[in-house]
Amino acid sequence: MTQEAIFSGFGGQGVLTMGMLLGYAGIIEDKEVTWMPSYGPEMRGGTANCITIISDTSISSPIISTFDTLMALNQPSVDKFEEKVKKGGNIIYDSTNIINVPTRKDINIYAVPGSETAVRLKNSKVLNMIMLGSFLKVNPIVKLESIWKALEQVLPERYHHLIPLNQEAFNTGMELIAK
Amino acid sequence: MSKKLMKGNEALAEAMIRAGCDAYFGYPITPQSEVIEYLSREATNRTGMVVLQAESEVAAINMIYGSAASGRRVMTTSSSPGISLMQEGLSYIAAAELPCLVANINRGGPGLGTIQPSQGDYFQATKGGGHGDYHLIVLAPSSVQEMVDYTKLGFELAEKYRCPTMLLADGAIGQMMEKVELFEQMPRKTEFPDWATTGKPKNGDRRIITSLFIQPEKMEQINLGLQRKYREIEKNEVRFQTINTEDAEYIFTGFGLGARICTKAMESGRAKGYKIGVVRPQTLYPFPVEIYNQLSKKVKGILDVEMNAGQMVEDVRLAVRGNTRVEFYGRMGGIIATPDEILEYFEKMFL
Amino acid sequence: MAEEEKDFIFSDICVEENLVYRKPVTLTDTELHYCPGCGHGVAHKILMEVVDEMGIQNEVIGVAPVGCSVFAYHYMNVDMQEAAHGRACAVATGIKRVQPDKFVFTYQGDGDLAAIGTAETIHAANRGENFLIVFINNGVYGMTSGQMAPTTLPGMVTTTSPFGRDVKVQGHPLKIADLVASLPGAAYVTRQSVHKPVNVRKAKKTFQKAFEYQKRGLGTCLVEIVSNCPSNWKMTPLESNKFVEDKMIPFYPLGDLKVPEGK
Repeated sequence: MTQEAIFSGFGGQGVLTMGMLLGYAGIIEDKEVTWMPSYGPEMRGGTANCITIISDTSISSPIISTFDTLMALNQPSVDKFEEKVKKGGNIIYDSTNIINVPTRKDINIYAVPGSETAVRLKNSKVLNMIMLGSFLKVNPIVKLESIWKALEQVLPERYHHLIPLNQEAFNTGMELIAK
Repeated sequence: MSKKLMKGNEALAEAMIRAGCDAYFGYPITPQSEVIEYLSREATNRTGMVVLQAESEVAAINMIYGSAASGRRVMTTSSSPGISLMQEGLSYIAAAELPCLVANINRGGPGLGTIQPSQGDYFQATKGGGHGDYHLIVLAPSSVQEMVDYTKLGFELAEKYRCPTMLLADGAIGQMMEKVELFEQMPRKTEFPDWATTGKPKNGDRRIITSLFIQPEKMEQINLGLQRKYREIEKNEVRFQTINTEDAEYIFTGFGLGARICTKAMESGRAKGYKIGVVRPQTLYPFPVEIYNQLSKKVKGILDVEMNAGQMVEDVRLAVRGNTRVEFYGRMGGIIATPDEILEYFEKMFL
Repeated sequence: MAEEEKDFIFSDICVEENLVYRKPVTLTDTELHYCPGCGHGVAHKILMEVVDEMGIQNEVIGVAPVGCSVFAYHYMNVDMQEAAHGRACAVATGIKRVQPDKFVFTYQGDGDLAAIGTAETIHAANRGENFLIVFINNGVYGMTSGQMAPTTLPGMVTTTSPFGRDVKVQGHPLKIADLVASLPGAAYVTRQSVHKPVNVRKAKKTFQKAFEYQKRGLGTCLVEIVSNCPSNWKMTPLESNKFVEDKMIPFYPLGDLKVPEGK
């Protein structure tokens, strides 16, 4: 199984971390992983994205033309990448932030009120964890416990007290898809 | 051995430490500053390796000269504009036959250019770069794993031939993360070659490291010696990879990241029924002339894809000697071609 | 010479108790290529005498520059590296950082050290790199035949300042030793000359001090030798020594600019 995904949003929304967490979880399960970030000044305030590929077989190119899943946290991401989603693929987007919603009929579209939920959880920084929860519900490419292990690896120890909050956000994100 | 998810630049730095590197001298430049940052955190505590931020790339490469001439295993890294500044030093290092490893995490140029990935330094890397008749051995990693493997290999080749060696990778390989398997920590050297300036031996002649031979007859002999070494390297050290070339009617070729994108384009092409194969040089100098020449006699065409205006394609054309059609597709300025773009161009040009 | 006479010289005169001078073993027998009257020969000799006397020939690595002393390694019988123009202090940094127990020195002229190599010199001293910089300042580019150097005096005629150095057009002479002395990493900075025997003796002592400080790991030592260039100054050796005395030294006063604390 292969999942070719792009995570896209404003710099600071944690899109690079979303892909990275998924990548670490993939490595824990000994899958093949590539994580290709957009880098440079655009990370500070502009748009940022990362292409993350998780696969059971070797990955030829970390650069790809089309995606299985677009995770969009802002309007420019939908505008730019909606057309790049493969037929039958998915768009998961933050419906609090995005006004001009994706309209394609040949893909699955999931509107997740991520930012609104983050406010409800009293921490806007967990937006990416909510959305990653939604992503994993749509694409169960790794096990939930691998995500928890990855969290421990990615977060410096001084932030480990925040893991329960992140787990709560993640679970909430999964539930938002179930509805 | 455990597998880790690592960024290309950090994997390179980790491999440098594990290869028993004695000293690193460098100067920060995007997109490779993670190398010196990682080393500054990790290296000295673990192996006692010297890590020093120089005042410029000019100084850094000359520190490399001094420590390489001391017989140590040494490395520097930079990106395109910084590598340009190092060319003087590299010419001296090549002439004085000092082993060292240099990584160029290539960004878009010319000039200050862009910090986005590029392969625009192929000519500079493979044809010499500085003044005079010399070559660097040039390895082109295409993955984070190869950043690790070629660091070790690069040191070995540099020391085997007393020839400065370059890893030519683009900024994307430096910045991306992939699964890597690291080799075990190697010990640092405790014995140094006879030619190294470690203090005049009590019962032997003093050692002189120089590139100055003012008599033309002597300088010609030095040059002939270098050329003999390059022929030896060309005979022994060519490395390349082929994929699906057995039944191929067309060849996609490129190096580094470009080759991986070609591979994806080849896979899409095969799904549409086109018999495409891929050739990827792993050494850019010495260039794998023979494989292109062999394939040119049986394929209908070669599409060379690079992140530049067409540099390696000149070597491909020389190797092919007009036996088949060679077309080029490139993007510049930090833009990376997508697999679909490549396949589309192939269909337009060849079908 | 009759055989008897020879025997007399070697067996009766050339004996240890009569010895007044011996060429240091750290100088090779290669004939110097320097012009008659040039200060380089003397500077080479006293530097190598110090290496001899300290018994450190097997622990020294020297760095030669680009300039008149580019062939210093032909004469100095120690391990040596030839650096690119101006880069001697970077090369020496590379050597000393991987061989901290060895004695390292650079030997550079004013073009090499104070023009193209200013950044390398200043930054090496600022890091307190623990080696000796020998700086021969004769106010002119010798090897390329007499062009203006950063240290050329105001009004001094060279091939690129044919009407005399005009500081408004060509800038001011750079007092690099003063600059280096102002850096915390510099342990010992002194300015000497070799135009008179008394000065030669003093200069030699400073080399010895510098190596001793290096052994103690005190930081960068710079010994500037205010020297001459009869050929490019278009003077006889004697005239050039007088020019050193009358013109150079008043502008570049001799003496210690910085000594290690508690010393």
